[in-house]
Amino acid sequence: MKLIGWAIALAAAMATPAAAQQATTDETATVQAAQDPVALNEIQTMAPEPLKTTAPTPGVGEPVPGGWGTQLQVTEIGRDAAFFHDYWLLLLCAVISLFVLGLLLYVIVRYRRGANPVPSRTSHNTTVEVVWTVVPVLILVAIAIPSIQLMRAQYSPPPADLTVKVIGHQWYWSYEYPDHGVEIISNMLKECDDPALRQGERCRTGADGPPLLAVDERMVIPAGQVVKFIVTASDVIHSFAVPAFWEKIDANPGMLNETWVKVDRPGVYFGQCSELCGARHAYMPIAVEVLPPAQFAAWVASKGGTMPGGPGATPVEAPAGVEAGAPQPAGTPEAAEPALPTPAVANRATAQN
Amino acid sequence: MSTIPADARHLEQPHQAQPDEYQAEHVPGFFTRWFLSTNHKDIGTLYLIFAIVAGVIGGAISGIMRAELMEPGIQVLNMAWPIGPGTGNFDEWAHHWNVLITAHGLIMVFFMVMPAMIGGFGNWFVPLMIGAPDMAFPRMNNISFWLLVPAFILLLGSSLVPGGSGYGAGTGWTVYAPLSTSGAPGPAVDMAIFSLHLAGASSILGAINFITTIFNMRAPGMTLHKMPLFVWSVLVTAFLLLLALPVLAGAITMLLTDRNFGTTFFDAAGGGDVVLYQHLFWFFGHPEVYIMILPGFGMVSQVVATFSRKPVFGYLGMAYAMVAIGVVGFVVWAHHMFTTGMSLDTKMYFTAATMIIAVPTGVKIFSWIATMWGGSLTFETPMLWAIGFIFLFTVGGVTGVVLANGGVDTYMHDTYYVVAHFHYVLSLGAVFAIFAGFYYWFGKMWGKMYNEFLGKVHFFLMFIGVNLVFFPMHFLGLDGMPRRIPDYTPAFTYWNSIATAGYIITAASMVVFFINMFWSLGWGRKAPGNYWGEGATTLEWTLSSPPPYHQFSTLPKVD
Repeated sequence: MKLIGWAIALAAAMATPAAAQQATTDETATVQAAQDPVALNEIQTMAPEPLKTTAPTPGVGEPVPGGWGTQLQVTEIGRDAAFFHDYWLLLLCAVISLFVLGLLLYVIVRYRRGANPVPSRTSHNTTVEVVWTVVPVLILVAIAIPSIQLMRAQYSPPPADLTVKVIGHQWYWSYEYPDHGVEIISNMLKECDDPALRQGERCRTGADGPPLLAVDERMVIPAGQVVKFIVTASDVIHSFAVPAFWEKIDANPGMLNETWVKVDRPGVYFGQCSELCGARHAYMPIAVEVLPPAQFAAWVASKGGTMPGGPGATPVEAPAGVEAGAPQPAGTPEAAEPALPTPAVANRATAQN
Repeated sequence: MSTIPADARHLEQPHQAQPDEYQAEHVPGFFTRWFLSTNHKDIGTLYLIFAIVAGVIGGAISGIMRAELMEPGIQVLNMAWPIGPGTGNFDEWAHHWNVLITAHGLIMVFFMVMPAMIGGFGNWFVPLMIGAPDMAFPRMNNISFWLLVPAFILLLGSSLVPGGSGYGAGTGWTVYAPLSTSGAPGPAVDMAIFSLHLAGASSILGAINFITTIFNMRAPGMTLHKMPLFVWSVLVTAFLLLLALPVLAGAITMLLTDRNFGTTFFDAAGGGDVVLYQHLFWFFGHPEVYIMILPGFGMVSQVVATFSRKPVFGYLGMAYAMVAIGVVGFVVWAHHMFTTGMSLDTKMYFTAATMIIAVPTGVKIFSWIATMWGGSLTFETPMLWAIGFIFLFTVGGVTGVVLANGGVDTYMHDTYYVVAHFHYVLSLGAVFAIFAGFYYWFGKMWGKMYNEFLGKVHFFLMFIGVNLVFFPMHFLGLDGMPRRIPDYTPAFTYWNSIATAGYIITAASMVVFFINMFWSLGWGRKAPGNYWGEGATTLEWTLSSPPPYHQFSTLPKVD
C-alpha cells in the first residue's frame, strides 16, 4: 500500500504543473468555446441549477491510483466475471508463463555448450507431442465452460424494472428515461483552473469525482433493480462502459444495443467512452449514481418526471434531499433543491443534436 | 529439415569459387541496380532500409505519445505543431493525438513489420533457402517495393491536409466508419485510404511472387517437407495476404464511396450498417496479425535450431501448426468486436474458435523449447532475441486467451489491457523476431560481422525497456484506462510514468543498435560463408557472405 501512497503523491505532484502549463498556453480555447451555441445554451440553462452531489467513495467505482487489478465489482455478473478472471484466468496465465520461463531457464543452464558439448539428434517424440497438444486442449475446455456460463448469465436479463436510453454524442452522453419522462445531458466537468471554463459554468469539486471522470449531470438509477440500457449514438460509434458493473456496449448510430445491470450497492460509478469517437474521445466520461429506490423516485421528481404506474405516477412532493439517505449531499444547501425547469432540459437535448 | 545438413555439406564444393565469381559478375550501375532492381537480394535490402526508416518514424511517434502520457493533462500536443492551421484550439490538439495513434499503428503494421519480415527477410532468404537463383517474377518484385514508397508518402502526406477537427487522419488504424466517413471531412482520410490501397496492392503482388517462387523454383530434391521452416512461414503468410488483403481493399473502397460518392454501405440512414465495416475490416485484420508474426515464427525456428546445434524438434508439427494458425486465423475475426452487440451464439462461437488457436501456438512454443532440450546451446545475440521472443510471446499469448473470453472481454475491450496484449505479441514478439533475424543474417547479407558486445547490450536494454513500457499497461487496463486517450484521470499516473521511463530505455537501446549497425558495416570483421558453424544447415550458409550477385546458376541438389 506504500506503493499506492507513493502513486497518489506522484499524481498530485504531476497534476499541478500540468494544469498550470495548460493555463498559460490555452488562450483561444475560451473564445472558441464561447462561440459554441451548445455551450451558450448550457450557460443559460445550467447556471441556476443547484449543487447537490453525492461524493463518490474513493477507490470504489473509479480507478485506484497505482492499482493493478480489476475495479471493485458491484453487480453479481461483475463479481462472477472478476472471480473467473482473478482466480482462474489470471492464475493460468501466471502458471503457464512461469512454466515456460522455468523450462527456458532450465534448458539454458542444463544444455549450455559448456555443460552439454555434444548435442543430441532427437527431433521427434510422439508421446511428448501428443501431451503438449492434448493438455492445452483440456486447459482450454476448463476455461471455455465457465466462460460460456458467464456469457449466458450476461445474456439472461431478468425482467427490467426500468429502462434508460443511453445516447452517445460527440462528445457527451445523454440519458433518456422513457418511462419517467426524464431526459438529461451529461457533460464532463472542467477543472476550476481551466481557462476554457466559461463565466458561471460549474467546475469540478472533489464531491463530483476525479478529474476527467466527473460530470455535471449523472445518470441516476435505483439500487437493487434491474435496469435495461438501450444504447445508441447520434453521430459516430461510442461505447458505454462502466468498469465497476463489468459493462461495456458499443453505441452504434442507427442501431439499438441492449444490455442490463442490477447494481446492489448505492454509490457513484465512473466510466469513459471506450470507442475512438473523434477529437474529444477522452473527454466524455460516464458517471452513474446508484441511489436507494426511494431517493431515485425523488430524483425523478426533481427532474420533473413521474414514476410509472401506481401512486408514484404523480410527482413526488418532497424535495429529494429531504429523504434521509445514506449518501451525503455535498455542496450548496438543500434549500435550493426544488425541481428545475425541465422543458429547458428537454430542449437542450434537441439543441445539441 | 534434419536431412538437409548432410546434403548441404557436399554443396559447399561447387560454390567455393564464389568470391572470385562475385567480382567477375556483371553488377549494374547504381541507378539501375537500386531503382530498376530485379535482384531479390537488392530488393530485400531496399525493403529492410525502408522498414528501418519507417520504424524510426513510427518509434518517434510513440515517443511523442509516451511524453504526452507521462502525466495527466496536455503537455506535448499543445506545443508548436509543425502541421495544421495552428489555431491552437483544444479540439485540434486532441485531434493531433488521434493522428499520432493512427500513424503509429499504420506505419508499424504496413511500413515496418510487414516490409521487414516479408519484403526484407522473405526476399533475401526464401530464394537462397530453397536453392533458387531469384524470385519467380523479378520485375513484379520491383514494383511491389516501389508501390510501398508512394503509399508511405501518401500516409505521411495525409497529416498535411485537413481531416476533421484538425489536420491529418485521426480515425485509428482500424478506420472505423462512420468516424472515417461522415466523421472526418477533408482529404486526409482519403489519402490514408489510398495509401492502404497501394500498400495492399504491393503486398498482394509480393504474395503472388512468393507463392509462385516457393511452389515452382525449389531446387531438385527440396520437397515441401524438406523446406526450412522460414520458407514454410513465408508460404503460409503469402496465402494469408492473398486472401485477406482483397477484403480490406473492398472495405476501404466502400469507405471511399461512402465518403465521396454518396453511397451508404456503412450508414444506417441509407440502409447500411456500421458494424458491417468492422466485420470486413477484421476479416482482414485478424489474419493480418498472423501475417505479422508467422515469418517471425519461421525466423525464430531457424535461429533456435542453429544455436542449439540440433534440427528443429517436430518439424512437421511446426510446419502444420503454422498452416493451422493460418487457417483458423480466418475464422476468429469477430473476437475484436465482442462489445458491438453481437448475439450470444456468435460470441460463444468466436470465443471457442479463438481459444483453439492457442493449441498450435502452444505446439510451437513447446517445440522450440524441445529443440533446445538436449542441444549444445550458445547465446549469441540472435539466440538471445529468440529466447526473449519465446518467453514474451508466451506472455502475450496467455493474455490473448484471457481476451478471447467474450464475457471477460466486456471489461478489457478497448482498455490498455488490449494495448498491452498486442504489444507483447507484436512489439515484443514480432520486433524481437525481426532483430533475431537481423543479427542472425547480418553477416550473410553484408559480409561484415556485427559487434557481439553491442548486440547484447542492445538486447538487454531493449528487453528491460519494452517490458517496462508494456507490462504496466496490463495494470492500467485492469484499472479501467481506455485506449486512445491523450489525457487521463490522475489515478493512472503511476503506471503511465513508469511506461514512459521504459520508453526512454527502449529508445536508448535503439541508439546502441544504430551505432552497432554503422560501426559493423564500416569496421566489422569480414564474415565467412558460414559463421555460425555446424548448427547453420540451410542452403544460404553454403554460399559466400555476401552471396554472389547471382547465386545457384547451377541448381544445388538436395537428396
